[in-house]
Amino acid sequence: MSTSTSTAPAPVPPPPPAVAGQKLRPDRKKSRGLYDVLGLLFAVVMAFPVYWLVISSLRPNHEIRSYDQTLWPSSLTFDNFARAVEQPNFGTAVQSSLIVSVTAVVGGMIIATLAALAIGRFRFFGRRALLMVLILVQMLPPTAMLIPIYAQLNAIGGLDEYWGLIIVYLVSTLPFAIIMIRGFVVNIPVELEESAMVDGCTRMGAFRRVIFPLLAPGLAAASIFALVNAWNEYLFAYILINDNSKYTLNVWLMTFTTERGTDYGALMASSTLIALPVVVFFMIIQKKMATGLTSGAVKG
Amino acid sequence: MKRKVSHVTAADTQEAAGPPAPPVPRDPKGTDGRPGPEKETAGDLGKRRRKKGELLPFLLILPAILAIAAVYAFPLSKTVIMSFQDMGRRELWTGESPPWVGFEQFTNILGDSEFWYVTGRTVLFMAVCVVLTMAIGLLVAMMMTRLSTWVRLTLTAALIAAWSMPLMVAASIFRWLSDSDYGLLNTLIAKVVGDDFLGHNWFLDPWQGFAIITLLVVWGAIPFVVITLYAALTQVPRELEEAAALDGANVRGIFRFVTWPVIRPVFVMVTTLSVIWDFNVFGQIWLLRGNKPEPEYETLGLYSFSKAFESTSFSQGTAIALITVLLLSGVAVYYLRQLMKTGEVE
Repeated sequence: MSTSTSTAPAPVPPPPPAVAGQKLRPDRKKSRGLYDVLGLLFAVVMAFPVYWLVISSLRPNHEIRSYDQTLWPSSLTFDNFARAVEQPNFGTAVQSSLIVSVTAVVGGMIIATLAALAIGRFRFFGRRALLMVLILVQMLPPTAMLIPIYAQLNAIGGLDEYWGLIIVYLVSTLPFAIIMIRGFVVNIPVELEESAMVDGCTRMGAFRRVIFPLLAPGLAAASIFALVNAWNEYLFAYILINDNSKYTLNVWLMTFTTERGTDYGALMASSTLIALPVVVFFMIIQKKMATGLTSGAVKG
Repeated sequence: MKRKVSHVTAADTQEAAGPPAPPVPRDPKGTDGRPGPEKETAGDLGKRRRKKGELLPFLLILPAILAIAAVYAFPLSKTVIMSFQDMGRRELWTGESPPWVGFEQFTNILGDSEFWYVTGRTVLFMAVCVVLTMAIGLLVAMMMTRLSTWVRLTLTAALIAAWSMPLMVAASIFRWLSDSDYGLLNTLIAKVVGDDFLGHNWFLDPWQGFAIITLLVVWGAIPFVVITLYAALTQVPRELEEAAALDGANVRGIFRFVTWPVIRPVFVMVTTLSVIWDFNVFGQIWLLRGNKPEPEYETLGLYSFSKAFESTSFSQGTAIALITVLLLSGVAVYYLRQLMKTGEVE
């Protein structure tokens, strides 16, 4: 990949492309139109479930319970949202989700930043091994962790408590957060830090005045990503919390399915409410996340 | 995936240089008598760093290590220990230490034909999901390089929208789409094959049920794959493709000899990740089956889960989980080696 940078300046400008261009252009235009149609079709396929989520949440209930589903509802209503919000424990579920995910992310980010600085800025014994462990633990099947964690929390009285869940979420954000933040740390030139220290900053001062401001966007991206993960988690929440009043939103979502069937209108409305903050966050960090993920998993 | 052009730092160069060639400081104050005037800049930094920050890096990683030990290493070792014991409901609640049973759990599991069915199902399901995801993902990513800008942006927006759906929400949507009474899927199919199809239950037959689950998994995985592969494709030098075309290579030839070598590492990496993720699929099946998957829907993860929490034989559950980990460790090691080859674990 580095070779392409050296070939780039090689001066072979206008003449050849003109020849090739004339030959290729009509052909390319026609096929581009075809590709565009295919691309739009695929976009529709990918977006359709999301469209169906939103439109079902706004559909009047008698149309939901109908054998003839139409692609566009006859009228729009917020009834489903009203039913969703009035479902018992909605308020406490929002509260639980917020408490658990925000605490876990704040704690996780502090620990992850420290570790990422160490990995990105120092060479020390066990550094590579640590990175490998971080990558490997993300591949463990959730049940391999779930059963012993359940047994252990049960033994020390951590079931049905926020702190049990918070610890689990906090640690599960660490591996990717460390790798992601390290990617940002490595991209900050060491010279900046050093010149600050030459100018009389302590190491801490250099971090606070120079590194941290540069790192902030990366930290924001990593914490949003962690927040989304914690917000979306449901398996541990489902197993570790049995108290209805401490359910997180994802577990609460299951209460719409009873023996008498599922209230799909309200389920879609609450799903929309849960997904909304995630979508907004995703839009904000979309660019960064792609690079962060790939620089963690795949080298560009 | 911006190429690091201006960002190359001294630390980077040193890392890229590979194995710790003994750093040689430039200023005479720090020399320890070893000559060797090359690589001064990189060595300079390395030396100072090692001297000043001997303890600091370890202090910095200490909290992370402790946390990971508590929530990953400890449970994992407990998984191993529990697999050789017989922990049931009674031991869980009384806190008595469970009896040791040696390899009994493993011989029971491996002797149970159901385990082999479940394993076969898991592998088949994983293979179908991975092949579909990677094939569609690669085709769409290649198509993306040929789209007009506005179509590409529209497609990216659609991908991001799909990607951002929480698993729980995505599963609810697919459950609703495939609902036997009022699901859109049945309505649409009934329009073609007749009203008899209304009320069709997709989950009575596990093959059909898994078709829906596969749809959900593939739909959820495609955005990551497409966006990553597209990023890799943009690294393929345009001039090379054009040169190959001028030299008379056809589309297949260009792909095989120009495009593929560039994107191969990324493709292999994403495939390996998909293998691991799809092998561990849990939530999608669990949620589409309303928290109580029938035995025909169990993959290894669910099998282990139901043994532990429904039959309350926790040791059987952990033993199955341990077997899963062992099965996956080969893939994980392969993935790690790929990462090391590309120099990511430096």
